[in-house]
Amino acid sequence: MEAAAVFLPLLGAITAGLFGRFIGDRGAQIVTCACLTLAAVFSIFVFADVVVQANIHDVGIFTWFESGSLKVDWALHFDSLTAVMLCVVTIVSAAIHVYSIGYMEHDESVPRFFSYLSLFTFFMLMLVTAGNLVQLFFGWEGVGLCSYLLIGFWYDRPSANAAAIKAFIVNRIGDVGFTLGILGIFALFDSVSFDTIFGNVAGVEGHTVRLLGYDVDALTVVCLLLFTGAMGKSAQIGLHTWLPDAMEGPTPVSALIHAATMVTAGVFMVARMSPLFEHAPFALEVVAVIGATTAFFGATVGTTQNDIKRVIAYSTVSQLGYMFFAIGVSAYSAAIFHVMTHAFFKALLFLGAGSVIHAMSGEQDMRRMGGIWRMIPLTWAIMWIGSLALAGIPFFAGYYSKDIILESAWGAHSAVGWYAYTMGIAAAFLTAFYSWRLIYMTFHGAPKADEKVMAHVHESPKVMIIPLIVLAVGSIFAGILGYASFVGVGMKAFWNGALAGEQAALEAAHHAPFVIKALPTVVALAGIALATAAYVFMPGLPKWFAERSRWLYRFLLNKWYFDELYDRMFVRPALVLARGFWKAGDGALIDGVGPDGIASATRLLARRAGALQSGYVYHYAFAMLIGVAAFVTWYLYSMAR
Amino acid sequence: MLEIGLGHYLTVAAILFTLGIFGIFLNRKNVIVILMSIELMLLAVNINLIAFSAHLNDLVGQVFAMFVLTVAAAEAAVGLAILVVYFRNRGTIAVEDIDVLKG
Repeated sequence: MEAAAVFLPLLGAITAGLFGRFIGDRGAQIVTCACLTLAAVFSIFVFADVVVQANIHDVGIFTWFESGSLKVDWALHFDSLTAVMLCVVTIVSAAIHVYSIGYMEHDESVPRFFSYLSLFTFFMLMLVTAGNLVQLFFGWEGVGLCSYLLIGFWYDRPSANAAAIKAFIVNRIGDVGFTLGILGIFALFDSVSFDTIFGNVAGVEGHTVRLLGYDVDALTVVCLLLFTGAMGKSAQIGLHTWLPDAMEGPTPVSALIHAATMVTAGVFMVARMSPLFEHAPFALEVVAVIGATTAFFGATVGTTQNDIKRVIAYSTVSQLGYMFFAIGVSAYSAAIFHVMTHAFFKALLFLGAGSVIHAMSGEQDMRRMGGIWRMIPLTWAIMWIGSLALAGIPFFAGYYSKDIILESAWGAHSAVGWYAYTMGIAAAFLTAFYSWRLIYMTFHGAPKADEKVMAHVHESPKVMIIPLIVLAVGSIFAGILGYASFVGVGMKAFWNGALAGEQAALEAAHHAPFVIKALPTVVALAGIALATAAYVFMPGLPKWFAERSRWLYRFLLNKWYFDELYDRMFVRPALVLARGFWKAGDGALIDGVGPDGIASATRLLARRAGALQSGYVYHYAFAMLIGVAAFVTWYLYSMAR
Repeated sequence: MLEIGLGHYLTVAAILFTLGIFGIFLNRKNVIVILMSIELMLLAVNINLIAFSAHLNDLVGQVFAMFVLTVAAAEAAVGLAILVVYFRNRGTIAVEDIDVLKG
């Protein structure tokens, strides 16, 4: 059953991918959706078995390779962390599969889409069930590949191809760190299996490694390298540039990969390696600072974007920042709790946005929407639920997870914790602001689309609405149901040793003063109020503000100029270098001396030799005569001697 | 009284041969002239053969001369036939125009 939960999506992907031609669009939809739904049901059973019955176990498949002391097994490792991720991934993925039936209805290559989607789910499950780092890396690269394929799904659009390549390359940068981290771990522990690594952490504490002339703590180096990989995959500041561009893909892809599951792989990986990070306090501080900065950065940029999907994309960047600073203050279970709730409400928001785009005949610019809430009330309600959960309004899912993260940051009682708390509160305010900005611009106010589009506005079909309702239920209740066991009193029994450390910050969080606890909600309400004021009562205010502080507005609109900076620093020099190599190295040297050079030399020689052939008989006869005369002369001379 | 000896015969043959060679090389007009020049060279060779045959008292040389005459006759026939066909195809037998082998 455990294996079925993991491998059913692969079966669906292979069937839809290789035999899509024979089973048709409908067949591919049915096969993949059935496989995913079954997998979701199985993972709930697995969850019951692993978490409720406390039955932590491994399902061995076979040995992958063995070389010296390096032994890598294919094995599914089931503990609480895996079970939680398994459920989240399969349930959200199943909902998105069903939604895609409606959303991708008019597309030309439906089987390909469903095949990629299922294949992605399989790799994600491989990632979360891995029992060693190499298998985790296999899933890690697999989801990267599927992300590339799905972002570039509409391969006839140059912008989609560019975005796909960008996502792949930026992730490669992180992966260099991740690979080095794995090698470092193997060098330290002589094993890549989690059990061995976590069993021997205490033994390698204090080991140093000589780096650039300094003796540095080996565990810290390894943890920072692993975190580099997580930064790439989870779009932390610096390596985040690919995520907003990834919105070029179809909306269900954005929902599944770039909001709910794949981008949380970095959070999952760091949580999985928590026993290591616990012994590298400096690395944890770095994680917290980067996470907090990302949370703030994403929220600020989200306030100025005009593309509905980009707003949500920056919101994802921001929320991933929350997860990382939770990890940074050792509140791993709070981070995973937020991963879980975030998966529901962010998938909901993306799919709701997809429903809006569907209704508006493909329009994504919020400046050309408005006034449609009466026409698509269900989508409107769903966006409200998603935004309430995202902003952390009490009793919605996001409230519980976001508050516990902020309280943990406070509970860390450190400078880093205070920084994270401040940034988190600021981000919470901005989150509420841009969420309601999105709602008001999209649904309320005067219609700004042309009449043809407005006449066509319609509610999405049932097949798209039902998954939305499932996710909406999750967005409302996931927090209140999960609170006690994820981060509350039942925490120890629930996690059952899957996450390391005492999680002191989390303990302290429960004893936070009322002000600390209430502040996130207060700023969220303030954000909503500000958005209401600015976009409902005083529509001139945003424009006035943008003109008053022009440079700030431009700075945010251009996403802190990260793309421009990278363009100047890396892309253009690389382009110049590549052109140089191409023209000078390949063109002039290799081609010039090699194939082209030999060819032109042959041609030149042939022309010279050809010129000897005049075609006149008497020339040939003359040559023969001279030749004979010369030979005879030589013969006679040599005879005479 | 000057006695005509081997040397005279050889001189005549050499002059004829040289004439033949120059007939080939300096001729820019007509292929028939080339054929005639070749004939001339063969005759020069024949004179050599006959002269040596008489000088050395060996009949083989004269027999060989007969062979050469036969071959020359055959060659003239074949050569002229080729020329006729060539003229039919190309409309010319001017040496200048026969340069199909030109590189």
